[in-house]
Amino acid sequence: MDFLVVNFAEILFYCLAVLTVAGGIGVLVFKSPVHAALSLLFTFVMVAALFLLLHAELLGAVQVLVYGGGIMVLFLFVIMLVNVKTLAPEQAFLSRLAPLAVVAGVLLGVLIAFALIFGVLVSGHGDGTALRTVGGAEIGNTEAIGAVLYTTYLVPFEIVSVVLLVAMIGAIVFGRRSAGLEIEGGGGES
Amino acid sequence: MSLADFVPFLPEIFLGCAGFIVLLAGIPLGRRGSRPVIALAVAALAATAVLIFLVGRPAAGPQLILGDMLVVDQFAVFFKLLVLAASALALVMAAGYLDRAQYSGGEFASLILFADLGMFIMASGANLASLYVGLELMALSVYVLVGYFKLEVKSNEGAVKYFVLGAASSAILLYGISLIYGTTGSLDLETIRVTLAEVPHQNFLLLLGIALVAFGMLFKVAAVPFHVWTPDAYEGAPTPVTAFISVAPKAVAFAMFLRLFAGTFAGEVEHWRMLLWIASAATMIYGNVAALTQINVKRMLAYSSIAHAGYALMGLVAGSDAGTWAVLMYMAVYAFMNLGAFGFVILLESRGYAGERIEDFAGLARRHPGAAAGMLIFMLGLAGIPPTAGFMGKLYLWAATVEAGYIWLAVISVLMSAVSLYYYFRLVVQMYLKEGDAEDESPAEMLSDRWAGAAIAVCAVMTLAIGLWPAPLVGWAKSGLSALGLV
Repeated sequence: MDFLVVNFAEILFYCLAVLTVAGGIGVLVFKSPVHAALSLLFTFVMVAALFLLLHAELLGAVQVLVYGGGIMVLFLFVIMLVNVKTLAPEQAFLSRLAPLAVVAGVLLGVLIAFALIFGVLVSGHGDGTALRTVGGAEIGNTEAIGAVLYTTYLVPFEIVSVVLLVAMIGAIVFGRRSAGLEIEGGGGES
Repeated sequence: MSLADFVPFLPEIFLGCAGFIVLLAGIPLGRRGSRPVIALAVAALAATAVLIFLVGRPAAGPQLILGDMLVVDQFAVFFKLLVLAASALALVMAAGYLDRAQYSGGEFASLILFADLGMFIMASGANLASLYVGLELMALSVYVLVGYFKLEVKSNEGAVKYFVLGAASSAILLYGISLIYGTTGSLDLETIRVTLAEVPHQNFLLLLGIALVAFGMLFKVAAVPFHVWTPDAYEGAPTPVTAFISVAPKAVAFAMFLRLFAGTFAGEVEHWRMLLWIASAATMIYGNVAALTQINVKRMLAYSSIAHAGYALMGLVAGSDAGTWAVLMYMAVYAFMNLGAFGFVILLESRGYAGERIEDFAGLARRHPGAAAGMLIFMLGLAGIPPTAGFMGKLYLWAATVEAGYIWLAVISVLMSAVSLYYYFRLVVQMYLKEGDAEDESPAEMLSDRWAGAAIAVCAVMTLAIGLWPAPLVGWAKSGLSALGLV
């Protein structure tokens, strides 16, 4: 019992980590797109829980709100609009490359695991203070993020707003029905 | 952060505002074709260049501004001006093309301006966060531009492939950045450089992080084995966009590559040099060999642009000052040659549709001797034959590579340049030795478009001028060195 109490954070972390990875695998293996999307939602929530475990409360909340809320709703909307019940089996060119992809994925996974294990053994690991400190003084997570976002990281923050604008222009360019243009190659409605 | 910090940032602020204005002005101006709004955008680019000259230059040595997010130095100024020149030329070439295809110019021009803003940040970022955000802004604008001809299936295909692979490469790059942050505890390039220079790290996590960042950058410069998106994106994109993305984003990707690897990760050079050696050799061999069999000019130039990324990577492998300024020099030279070559592809029209096949150039010398002579200059330049700029660019890269002791890499690049002669001269043979009228079909016509013609003339003059008198450009490229923590 003592073991459980002392190592509670570690045990919780490994449980959450396994569930996160399980959710990710679920996205790949579920045949129904809705199930895959829900599996992705499960992964997002587990990642949010991992953030909470590191005392990064704001990131956890943002993870749930933005990913669990906004992005998931968008996914489900698209799935409903396109109205796919089950995913068709992969086309020939994809299944031809599948063994190659598996080999590459396994190799990359082994490489990352190797680097993680040895990297942690060599240098030890942090305790997540970087997530909630600013200028060396540990203050609340939300306050810390707000402080650096509007001072040190002002330029990247502003540029991200332009990124969002460009995404919007892109959506308009592709979504708008243009007068005077004819569809080429009989591709149907654009 | 003080108000004075914002003064060197004024060109970027102006460029961002100009993007908005061009976007809005495109609505009323768009009724009279794309030329007025393109002219406005080019004027904005010129004004940005003037602003860089007035306030955006370093007063004395590199200067960190805005919370150490950006650095003002000659290195950044070099690439910013190169980007401005390349995008102005691409915009001027695009005007007639957009009108012929009946697409609006407002969104097109504003996306180019926003892409330029992202590239400015990439060229001058002094922090992994700002570099990454700049890269994303550039990439997102370019994805939209590739798919701009939304009713053409090829354009859609190119955009989707580019977008999906680009997003994956960004994720890889970001994972690498997170590992570097995790092991060095900083995103600041100078802090990381000092940390790595003082304590040579053997940490596997750090090495994996550097390798992943290298993979992300190799994707952006279209090097083997991260090149698969290039032929499809280049072929599918509207030709002015192809001209633009084969030049400007590639140049700033090399700027970021140099700043990160020749500057920040210089302490770890023994770990990444072999990786880039292999990538450089593979890129030169694959790009040139694959270009041999192409029948579409855009696709051939896409493979040729892959090969040119391989040549430029030699400068990074050399890892010396000479290698670094040779890359700067090569990017400027390559920009003018490639833009010019694509300019002719833009103007060539075959049976009411774009003349993109090699055979469309048949008999061009007889019907349009001026155009054929221009194309000859660009082909000679891309192949690296004197007296064009392409030869000088390659010469300095070879010199730096041999000087650093990488003889075999230089040998591979010389051999592959010889291979490249074949496919560049296939086009020349078509123009000068083949008769276009042999078939019963009507031959491809060179459209007369004064704007595009002027842009091509600028490229041709630059290609010859740099080839005959490279000293000013060399001096300018060398002045960019003071920035990197190299000296």
